[in-house]
Amino acid sequence: MDVNEVDPVSGRKTTGHIWNGIKELDTPIPRGVLLFLIATHVFAVLWWVLLPTWPLGRTYTKGVLGIDQKTTVEASLRDSAALRLPWVKLIESRSYDEIRADERLMAFVRTNGHQLFGDNCAACHGRDGKGRENYPDLTDDDWIWGGTPEAITQTLTVGVNSRHPESRMGQMPAFGRDEMLDRQQVVDVATYVASLSDPSASTPDNIAQIDRGREVFQSTCVPCHGEDARGNPELGAPNLTDDRWIYGGSLERIIATIHGGREGHMPTWDERLTPTQIKVLALYVNDLGKGRP
Amino acid sequence: MMQLTTGERQLGAIVLIALAILGIAMAAAGRTDVLGIHGAMVLLYSLALLFLLFSSAFGPEPSPARLTRYYDDPIKVGVGLTLFWAIFGMFIGVWAAAQLAWPILNFDTSWASFGRIRPAHTSGVIFGFGGNALITTSFHVVQRTSRARLADQFSPWFVLFGFNLFCLIAVSGYFLGVTQSKEYAEAEWYADIWLVIVWVTYFVLYVRTLALRKEPHIYVANWYYMAFIIVVAILHIVNNLAVPLSFAHAKSYTIWAGVQDSMVQWWYGHNAVAFFLTAGFLAMLYYYLPKRAERPIFSYRLSILSFWGITFFYMWAGSHHLHYTALPHWVQNLGMTFSVMLLVPSWASAGNALLTLNGAWHKVRDDATLRFIMMAAFFYGLSTFEGSFLAIRPVNSLSHYTDWTVGHVHAGALGWVAMITFGSLYTLVPAIWKRERMYSAALVEVHFWLALVGTLIYVFAMWNSGIIQGLMWRTYSPDNTLVYSFLDTLLAMYPYYIARAFGGLLFLIGAIVAAYNIWMTVRAPSAAQLPLDEDLPASDRPLDGAAPTPAE
Repeated sequence: MDVNEVDPVSGRKTTGHIWNGIKELDTPIPRGVLLFLIATHVFAVLWWVLLPTWPLGRTYTKGVLGIDQKTTVEASLRDSAALRLPWVKLIESRSYDEIRADERLMAFVRTNGHQLFGDNCAACHGRDGKGRENYPDLTDDDWIWGGTPEAITQTLTVGVNSRHPESRMGQMPAFGRDEMLDRQQVVDVATYVASLSDPSASTPDNIAQIDRGREVFQSTCVPCHGEDARGNPELGAPNLTDDRWIYGGSLERIIATIHGGREGHMPTWDERLTPTQIKVLALYVNDLGKGRP
Repeated sequence: MMQLTTGERQLGAIVLIALAILGIAMAAAGRTDVLGIHGAMVLLYSLALLFLLFSSAFGPEPSPARLTRYYDDPIKVGVGLTLFWAIFGMFIGVWAAAQLAWPILNFDTSWASFGRIRPAHTSGVIFGFGGNALITTSFHVVQRTSRARLADQFSPWFVLFGFNLFCLIAVSGYFLGVTQSKEYAEAEWYADIWLVIVWVTYFVLYVRTLALRKEPHIYVANWYYMAFIIVVAILHIVNNLAVPLSFAHAKSYTIWAGVQDSMVQWWYGHNAVAFFLTAGFLAMLYYYLPKRAERPIFSYRLSILSFWGITFFYMWAGSHHLHYTALPHWVQNLGMTFSVMLLVPSWASAGNALLTLNGAWHKVRDDATLRFIMMAAFFYGLSTFEGSFLAIRPVNSLSHYTDWTVGHVHAGALGWVAMITFGSLYTLVPAIWKRERMYSAALVEVHFWLALVGTLIYVFAMWNSGIIQGLMWRTYSPDNTLVYSFLDTLLAMYPYYIARAFGGLLFLIGAIVAAYNIWMTVRAPSAAQLPLDEDLPASDRPLDGAAPTPAE
């Protein structure tokens, strides 16, 4: 072997081997590489000395700093709770009205509530709380189960038609499908309901129909929605005289609702959120609609 | 056409008939379960190969002169398969990226939902593209650096077609909803068993070919290919130990439980990166770089340091994927320190590659193929530094679960793995098909810039997105409550997701350009009488280095 072959570019000798034309130089390992190698090993050894690293049968080296991730995370949770405590205490001890009157506390509610709402409520009610088809708008003044912070707290805690034993229960029966009303009655009462919020739904041609519909309404819908059709938050019966609709306000959608019934669902949050978080959310949601018509 | 002898044709027919019967058995046992569908696919696959085999089964015996040549037919088929999987896997990747920006692109179907196409992308590019590239180039490199023909003519085909059957079963399974829920090891038990058979055959073939070598020493590239083959076998078997629901069901349950399952999975996952996506591709680097640059490797000693450093340290590093989890603290720390010690051996490889280019930098300027290889070494250095850095626990607390990880992986996958593969293919294709050069040097240049710009857009988008995401997750108000909801962070990601999909699209277009260029090269007429004797395993050539060195 021609071990002495010298590469003209680097001036280094080759190792003397050739593989299909490929040669290797016998360049020693650069000092920088060795130093860097030592540095990373020193770092590792230091880490081993300071922190838990090596297994020893059924136990392991604890490290001279005595740090363990379990105690670290417990401590940081404790510290974090302690830092929040002044605010949490105020939220817990003050009444809803007191909190609403205190701008500093409401600033806390808005920051914390934004995050809680985004992570828990936005999936259905939307990021801005405006809801969408089948999910109520939380930013208006139209409340199915009441819009006071107290009522919202109750809704959040027990849910609607949820598995909570004290759940709010609300159901719109399927008047058409279950044959409580005949086809014509369903159309009549739907036309009447549409005319409550939409003057253009009432024309000279359908006065008789609206009258028939009113009669059906009086005998069938009043127990929940009330004489004036303004609903009843105790029963979760929505106001039918405004232009805010959960399931759509077109005549077709109203007919569908009366025919097939409705049963909304909102989960109970008392297992996932603390009472304080629920209180913050209730204030936040109540605040969403503030200043709106 | 495949130079198979009568005996090899008979063996092939027996194996394929056995496989067809196995397919029928799977279809009968599995019925409407996915296992049944896969049985039908195995049957069709073996029948198609049988048809190919029989179409030349009764031809004359191949000439004994073939044994004085390298056996390149499987390599040619392997190049085609590599390119097919490249385009398929990258297309699915761009699609998955686009779904993150525009979720409607799952068309409200289950098979195209993100959770299914994402493993189809990863398996498509890692196993389909990367695996075929590794098998193909290893057949080329082991023959040339050993000056020996592949040990037999049956096993290379078995390995190649067997491996692609595995990829097919794996990827089609994801679309149908089959998964083991282990990242990069989603394929179910029957596909896993099949891969073991294929892989052992691959190992035996490789060792037998090395044993036939006519060079006294084993070249570095072969150390890496061997490490790749052996360790991948170990990882694959241990991580996929599972009990099937029954032999009639695709579903299985792993034998590992709880946090041990997580640890085994990430020991596998990280070493899949190490030995599949690093060791094998370093083997490519060690052959195609000095070949293309026509320069000797900078330092044999650095090669030794980095090879043993990588094989030893990587094995311990997997637990850094599980920082701040239920995994015991000491396991996390141990993995972290080994990840840090891994940095220098990794950089030694990248440095060895870049310093090999000393004396050939003018070629890097002029030759896009060599630039692919150079850029790959650069990205290898970049992503190994990033890897060690992200493995440090406090850093990981920011980066973990964010897009930074995705950006890191793609700096490695696009910048390192894909670029070294394309650089190798552009060197290998003219050599195997005996062409003077690629069909179009301009298209190689176009591909290089598409790949580089695509990678940079992708990686910068994910760095930004990941760091913003990590910071938003840990932003506290003065009252010590979280400021942002998860939804807020998603909105902040949106522009980066669009940029990422665009970067990926550029990379995909580059791969299509490469496929076209390679196809045109293969179709081009053979160059005027290249001196063939330079590419022969001829045993009558003198063994010692004093022999005139064949210039490429």
